[in-house]
Amino acid sequence: MTDLTSMTIAEARTGLARKSFTALELTDAHLAAMEAARSLNAFVLETPDQARAMAGAVDAKIAKGEGGPLAGIPLGIKDLFATRDVRTTACSKILGNFVPPYESTVTSQLWRDGAVMLGKLNNDEFAMGSSNETSCFGPVVNPWRREGSNTALVPGGSSGGSASAVAALLCMGATATDTGGSIRQPAAFTATVGVKPTYGRCSRWGIVAFASSLDQAGPIARTNRDAAILLRSMAGHDPKDTTSVDRAVPDYEAAIGKSVKGMKIGIPREYRLDGMPAEIEKLWSEGAAWLKAAGAELVDVSLPHTKYALPAYYIVAPAEASSNLARYDGVRYGLRVPGRSIGELYENTRAAGFGDEVRRRVMIGTYVLSAGYYDAYYLRAQKVRTLIKRDFEECFASGVNAILTPATPSAAFGVGEKGGADPIEMYLNDIFTVTVNMAGLPGIAVPAGKDEQGLPLGLQLIGRPFDEETLFSLGEVVEQAAGRFTPPNWWGAKA
Amino acid sequence: MSVDAATVRRIAHLARIAVTEAEVPHLQGELNAMLAFVEQLSEVNVEGVEPMTSVTPMAMKKRGDVVNDGEIADDVVKNAPETQNHFFLVPKVVE
Repeated sequence: MTDLTSMTIAEARTGLARKSFTALELTDAHLAAMEAARSLNAFVLETPDQARAMAGAVDAKIAKGEGGPLAGIPLGIKDLFATRDVRTTACSKILGNFVPPYESTVTSQLWRDGAVMLGKLNNDEFAMGSSNETSCFGPVVNPWRREGSNTALVPGGSSGGSASAVAALLCMGATATDTGGSIRQPAAFTATVGVKPTYGRCSRWGIVAFASSLDQAGPIARTNRDAAILLRSMAGHDPKDTTSVDRAVPDYEAAIGKSVKGMKIGIPREYRLDGMPAEIEKLWSEGAAWLKAAGAELVDVSLPHTKYALPAYYIVAPAEASSNLARYDGVRYGLRVPGRSIGELYENTRAAGFGDEVRRRVMIGTYVLSAGYYDAYYLRAQKVRTLIKRDFEECFASGVNAILTPATPSAAFGVGEKGGADPIEMYLNDIFTVTVNMAGLPGIAVPAGKDEQGLPLGLQLIGRPFDEETLFSLGEVVEQAAGRFTPPNWWGAKA
Repeated sequence: MSVDAATVRRIAHLARIAVTEAEVPHLQGELNAMLAFVEQLSEVNVEGVEPMTSVTPMAMKKRGDVVNDGEIADDVVKNAPETQNHFFLVPKVVE
């Protein structure tokens, strides 16, 4: 029998339809892989009983010819998505043993289409981080290592568990969320494909909120086609999220392999940073050359407010987070640390429940929204955000179909290596991705090569609002040219 | 702009997070590092620019003013640390 965990979703779909194997066999193979890979710390909760029950039910449906578009596909779910009767923590101590009595819209659509849940995936606490080191369950280990080294590397964040599990063949795809780069940066660090859809494309209902005007759910998968298959099930209008857009969901998979001939691809000069590693520069030129060879036209473009996106983000995101996280008060759910008064109960609970990074962001957010500082910080940041969005609008209005940039300024780094002394050092990871969230645009990170140490590097494509299809077509061109990258399995013998 | 120790204590209180005296200098340093980083926004000319209020241009949707959920008190209090008869219990608020 072929190795059931190394297939793509598209291949598994064919195998299941041909009855080469059952959904239960496919799920069991992944449960075994998860068990052997516990040292990666990608899953914070394994749900084998539920997975087998779901797979068995899907097999019965497939036998009757009623399998959905994701029938029998085993997935991992970021622990930011509320899953009914399954512990959901956002990897924060403050949610403790929270067990939602409801299901997030995005995951409910995956189950509607026949997918199987293997378990909940690790992430930075409340999705605040770029290395998955702020999780209360501890860091996730990247399945990729530098050549000839055993140093544990981070998978990026905040969707570090999702990226690590997909890259290590523990699940065929995973849900993730992206507020400033949390899907695309970990995808780039693990040689997976990560899609941050247009704001409003996927419902935010039932996803633990970080910064509501920036948060968007999307898939991490091993190929562009698989990401397209997953996004079709995840996307769609939801009356329970007023920012969710009432717009038909296209068949994204149909965009795979579509010609990109004649498309105009913008190369933004502001993304060429001083001191950028030569290999990132080289990767970017290679990516441009591949798209050109496929018939696209390259044009130099300017996005003048690019450098202000990250500082504006570090006002807007913490401000919204300080407001969203006000709900964790020790009264209605989660952790409670007693106090003599209700005020003391709040303060004690939040001091014990929030980790350092979350506390720092809630405090800075509280400050920039406080009386006397609102105009100088928050209002100014929202104006800068208008300018960032305008840069993109003008670029697209000039006929540019998509923009090509590096996904990250470096490859994966070591656990404990960054941000210890200065939080800004960690924040700089998102320098190429954060602009996309500020403008509400779709972005995709696609594996494109390796650095001198053998670590994966990714390219990012940024699209027009609701034009994820173009990103999939272009992403496929990069995938065909660069090939796919799989890490050697050092973390455990597989069944 | 930068914050002093008294401001750090005031922010912590506004955010309802207990902070010990020993933690104040460290937090002050971190917050000031972030404020120094965002300081560069002051060089942007935002004269006449509207602040962004909606990411995608769309009219706010409204739902019908009808009851479409409820009668799930058991679910609502299921995860609460302390409850009694479907009420959340807290320390005495009113004397």
